[in-house]
Amino acid sequence: MGKVLMKGNEAMALAAIKGGCDAFFGYPITPQNELPEYLSKHMQANGRVFVQSESEVAAINMVYGAAGAGARVLTSSSSPGIALKQEGITYIAGAELPAVIINVMRGGPGLGGIQPSQGDYKQITRGGGNGDYYLYSLAPESLQEAVDLIKESFEIADYYRNPVMIAVDGLIGQMMEPVDFDHEVKKWDLKPKDWVADGDRKSHPKNIINSLYLDPTDLENHNLKLKKKYDDMKANHQRYEMINMENAEIAIVAFGSTSRIARTAIQLLKEQGVNCGILRPITIYPFPEKAFKELPKEVKDLVVVEMNTGQMIDDVKIATMGTHNIHFYGRVGGIVPEAEEIVDAVLKARGESNE
Amino acid sequence: MINEQLIIAGFGGQGVMLMGQLLSFAATNKDINTLWFPSYGPETRGGTANCSVTISEESVNSPVISKPDSLIIMNKPSLAKFQDKLKKDGCLFINTSLVKDVPIRDGVNVYKIPANDIASKLGNPKVANMVMMGAYLAVTKVFSQEDIIEVLKEKFVGEKASLIGINQEALNEGAKAVTL
Amino acid sequence: MSNTKIVYEKSKALEDVHLSYCPGCTHGVIHKLVAESLVELDILDRAVGISSVGCSALNYDFFTCDMQQAAHGRAPAVATGIKRFKPDSIVFTYQGDGDLGSIGIAEAIHAAHRGENMTIVFVNNAIYGMTGGQMAPTTLIGQKTTTSPEGRTEAQAGLPLRIAELMATIPGATYIERVSVHDPKHVMKAKKALKKAFEIQKNKQGFSLIEFISTCPVNWGMTPKKAVDWAVDNMIPYFPLGVYKDKLAGENK
Repeated sequence: MGKVLMKGNEAMALAAIKGGCDAFFGYPITPQNELPEYLSKHMQANGRVFVQSESEVAAINMVYGAAGAGARVLTSSSSPGIALKQEGITYIAGAELPAVIINVMRGGPGLGGIQPSQGDYKQITRGGGNGDYYLYSLAPESLQEAVDLIKESFEIADYYRNPVMIAVDGLIGQMMEPVDFDHEVKKWDLKPKDWVADGDRKSHPKNIINSLYLDPTDLENHNLKLKKKYDDMKANHQRYEMINMENAEIAIVAFGSTSRIARTAIQLLKEQGVNCGILRPITIYPFPEKAFKELPKEVKDLVVVEMNTGQMIDDVKIATMGTHNIHFYGRVGGIVPEAEEIVDAVLKARGESNE
Repeated sequence: MINEQLIIAGFGGQGVMLMGQLLSFAATNKDINTLWFPSYGPETRGGTANCSVTISEESVNSPVISKPDSLIIMNKPSLAKFQDKLKKDGCLFINTSLVKDVPIRDGVNVYKIPANDIASKLGNPKVANMVMMGAYLAVTKVFSQEDIIEVLKEKFVGEKASLIGINQEALNEGAKAVTL
Repeated sequence: MSNTKIVYEKSKALEDVHLSYCPGCTHGVIHKLVAESLVELDILDRAVGISSVGCSALNYDFFTCDMQQAAHGRAPAVATGIKRFKPDSIVFTYQGDGDLGSIGIAEAIHAAHRGENMTIVFVNNAIYGMTGGQMAPTTLIGQKTTTSPEGRTEAQAGLPLRIAELMATIPGATYIERVSVHDPKHVMKAKKALKKAFEIQKNKQGFSLIEFISTCPVNWGMTPKKAVDWAVDNMIPYFPLGVYKDKLAGENK
């Protein structure tokens, strides 16, 4: 197929189709509308399901139903809409159903704005709804990576029987870049879905999709079973990229489109004789703690850069356990930091530690 | 080697977004890296619109352009908003049909093109954007006119195909405006 | 034993378990009607039931078909997800008045609005049973509950919501009827209505909702017999029985 120039939201929609998405349920919200618009045309044309629901709450519960009936299901929204979906997301995690959720983040809190933001970091990485559960959460930095990860996300969701969150922002949703849709992505070792409640009793015994456990012992066991999945994600499926880390004297920690801007910043820093690396989490849950063990000894200062007020700092602190100086630079409100601002933040951090 | 960062700005309806996209499509056809990013806001007509386009044979990093190599300015408010961002010795293309009596900064190469007047003379005021594109290509040589026409042929199919002729004329007139 | 004849047995759509309902409550009767309808229409082996939140939350353990348990009020959305992906399945939700009439009214209306080919079994007992007897949208004026201790007043809580009448106004709905199960005659009538609703779904003719006037002796503070009488004397006058919409008959009542 070669590379195709597409808008981020449309590219993510097509990636879902390529990933075998059977059904989409969603409600309009800026800046992700091109995603359902694209699917409304192309899902039904391919005999798949597309429903514009009456609300985000309804959409995520439709996801629950279809996932429980065995479908590969997608919903997408942006921050306030994702907040509304939390009810359904915790039920999906509790009932151990696979689903993919795309969050094209915008500024908050409340109605906030519609410009790019990474303000949902805590909500995404802490589960988001009630109870003990987590979402396997991927934060791509480019359209190619978004497309590849979305294709794979349906496999991951099926493997873990757990929702997968694709955390992007308005930048990725709105930008256009050439994308190759035929990249091979990892196939996970999937078991047949013998647990579905789809009414087809000729092919399986009675199945129940449920997250209710009134007996405390049963619920404790259920919680421990879920925890095993999250432990497995942490042990085996952290993802990250180390950029320009050889000979680095200082490093930026940034995910998603912010890491993209940081890439320009480290080029500018190199022109000034400063060798700066980037530790880029690709999974924001599980947080790539392993990456911090790989930092060069010379790197004592880490500059966390985000489009929020520092929501990832806690995770960086936990991962480093006091071994590094943690600095922060962030822009909020939908303002995207420019590379020069990140350069200044790195120089300032470097100056502080050299004093 | 191409390594171009461009901001195009004007108001909604001037074809600002399309201009940027045409350049990104031309880059994709040649397997050159590109990134197009639009300003976006509530869906209203007539508001300001701008987009950033990066075309590079190296990998494209920041989607946000802080110091563009070139600026295409389609209306008055856009000049005030963007001209100080332009790199020193960068190229500033101004649609003088709509931008008059505005102080222009020093240290950049200024190209004045009465794009709306030229487009009206061609019989279709809507192609003012392609007049500016013609001027931009003639100066920067990022792509040839043929590269852009090839994209138009891919995108303008059916009834719209008849519009390719006037777009070609607009590109020519825009080129003439900066080379004469 | 060769001349022993089975004259009655439990529906094979019901598990052989104790139902979790209080004595005298009519949920059991309604479950039986749902079960018999599924068996008699030969759709049990492709049925998916949606348990809601309320007294019937655990009925995924009572029906023998596939079951999904939904968040409070969201059963019609969950049903939509299943039905759209598996159009040949038979999907029903089983919801109470708090679940459907209050927190889930949007999901119920929009499932009807889209004309989803599903059946809603709506049980109206004018109170929140499972949570201990709070006021419901269908609680009658003057009726005492734990959150309307002096009796519901219009000034404080508005007038009781008539769901069947409301749902009948939705253009996408195919069949809406209100029934009661307070005596054998009405039980038979209710079964007929329910069977009709499932038949409509079987024929892919769209959205149906059957509202059941039900009782809650425990939270109403009455004996089962008195509760039935109270339903007849107080609920049915405010919630009249009958067919409110039958698109297939081309008539609205």
